[in-house]
Amino acid sequence: MTGGVQAGAAPAGGATPQPRPREPWRGPAARRLARRLITANETWTLLALAILVIYFTVRAPREFFTLSDFSLIAQNSAALLVMAVGQTYVILTAGIDLSVGSVLVLSGVVAAEYYTHNGGAAAGTGTVWLGAVIGLAVGFGWGAVQGFLVAKAKVPPLIATLAGFGAALGVSYLVTGGSDISSMPKKLTSTIGLASIAGVQWLIVISFLVAIVFGLILAYTRFGRYTYAIGSNPEAARRVGINVDRHLIKVYALSGLMAGAAGIMSLAFFGNTTIAGHATDNLTVITAVVLGGASLFGGRGTMLGTVIGLFIPAALQTGLVIIHVNQYWQYVAIGAVLVAAVYLDQFRRRLRERA
Amino acid sequence: MAEPLLEARSVTKRYGHVQALDGASFAVLPGEVVALIGDNGAGKSTLVKVLSGAIRPDGGEILVEGEPVSLSSPVDARRHGIETVYQDLALAPDLDAAANLYLGREIYLVPLLRVLNRSAMRRSAVSAFAELGVELPDVSAPVATLSGGQRQSVAVARAVAFASKVIFMDEPTAALGVVQRGRVLDNIRRVRDRGISVVLISHNMPEVLAVADRVEVLRLGRRVARFTASEASLEQLVGAMTGALTTEGEGGVK
Repeated sequence: MTGGVQAGAAPAGGATPQPRPREPWRGPAARRLARRLITANETWTLLALAILVIYFTVRAPREFFTLSDFSLIAQNSAALLVMAVGQTYVILTAGIDLSVGSVLVLSGVVAAEYYTHNGGAAAGTGTVWLGAVIGLAVGFGWGAVQGFLVAKAKVPPLIATLAGFGAALGVSYLVTGGSDISSMPKKLTSTIGLASIAGVQWLIVISFLVAIVFGLILAYTRFGRYTYAIGSNPEAARRVGINVDRHLIKVYALSGLMAGAAGIMSLAFFGNTTIAGHATDNLTVITAVVLGGASLFGGRGTMLGTVIGLFIPAALQTGLVIIHVNQYWQYVAIGAVLVAAVYLDQFRRRLRERA
Repeated sequence: MAEPLLEARSVTKRYGHVQALDGASFAVLPGEVVALIGDNGAGKSTLVKVLSGAIRPDGGEILVEGEPVSLSSPVDARRHGIETVYQDLALAPDLDAAANLYLGREIYLVPLLRVLNRSAMRRSAVSAFAELGVELPDVSAPVATLSGGQRQSVAVARAVAFASKVIFMDEPTAALGVVQRGRVLDNIRRVRDRGISVVLISHNMPEVLAVADRVEVLRLGRRVARFTASEASLEQLVGAMTGALTTEGEGGVK
């Protein structure tokens, strides 16, 4: 949403170069840019993250802002980031997906089952790929079903995905009998799970690639624009001929697909199915999206905001540990920040409606 | 009389035990502003929805330039060059004016990947607004930040940009102040002067007489009178709406 085009629409005569305004920062284009920066949620979120980083860096100069800590944070957050990408789309449509953590587990469990029946730790590259595709397909399918419930059966997203959350976890326990499957293929754990490319772990590379690609899709393609339009005013979208139901199903399927991808990443990282470890992933992910400036009423938010929003709790957690404050304070702090973020959103919305 | 651009013949529509349209007829001639008036419950909005493809009639015929057509969705109607400016405007408040103008009809930079050409859409939105004489402070600001009149202009500009035959305007001035009402009426005249017919649905009789070329009156789901606006008086319009006056020969009340 840059204002660059009008700024460039100055007289195109060419012969006499227009004198540049003496104070360009006071020109209308600069003012517009400044206004947009101030009103953009990402600006504030980024500011909050920067303040945290600066604070912890000052308090523990040698410990906090070192590359190893940053990459540790990013590595621990990789699966969450991928799920947050899908969640961003869902929240932009004024929906919510509570199922992500369980879908992660289910996708991982199904892939792990496939691996144990096809060579286990010694499975070949082809098997590893096929298992990953199966995991992705499980997530995609699960998400699509939830999308169908939301779009066609008109079950509220909160309920449809809460049901999906429970059911996916239940199926995971049924498949495994309650005990985690370990002994994953070496070809999976030693590559995606541990290896680096140019000094950066694969998990980080994958998660950021996913965020960038789907961030670009959100900002620059019709799919992204329809997502915003449906969250903003579904009736308007319907009247201009957008197939709202089909788009919603795609968005929930995308969120499921992302959870499936996170499931494979988690398998690779931990080397087992971590069935009991993802009960609050949904809340972490939703917190990230909302902290990133997305409105739960739909229509507003960006991928950049989500990425920043995800790293605020992560930075807080690492920082509190480093400065020897009981790290459980982070949950209290995040709760307060979350309420503040949503209050600010409401406040500005009211202000805007009055204007 | 010229052949109507768009015509409804004996259209019926029933909702449960309510007969919303009871053999309603209506015609839009080329290059005119025609007002569709009637008391509450006369069937105006139902008729507009039928003609803009939002609902399907139970019976009767719809003709575009004399050819019978079936309008099963607003997209169908649009394909025939018929656009509607809804009373609630049907804009997406979080998108900017340019995005709203092209919503559902995007211009692509890379068509294969559905990558939007945002600058092209913004440019032609700017010229579309300029042609209508609409001044927007910033076409890339969310529509929610615009005033009521500006939002209305965006909705009208969208209809004008894509309509080739007829634009329906459902109570376009209902939510506006005096100055903005004047602008909307100017907009309506400008649209007509571009050769697109306008159907104005309004409760405001002085407004109707000021801007319309013809007036058609609905009562109890059927057309009861037709006037040339310049020859009609307020009393005649009100009389036709309330049933005191019926000029239409196609059968009275059953």
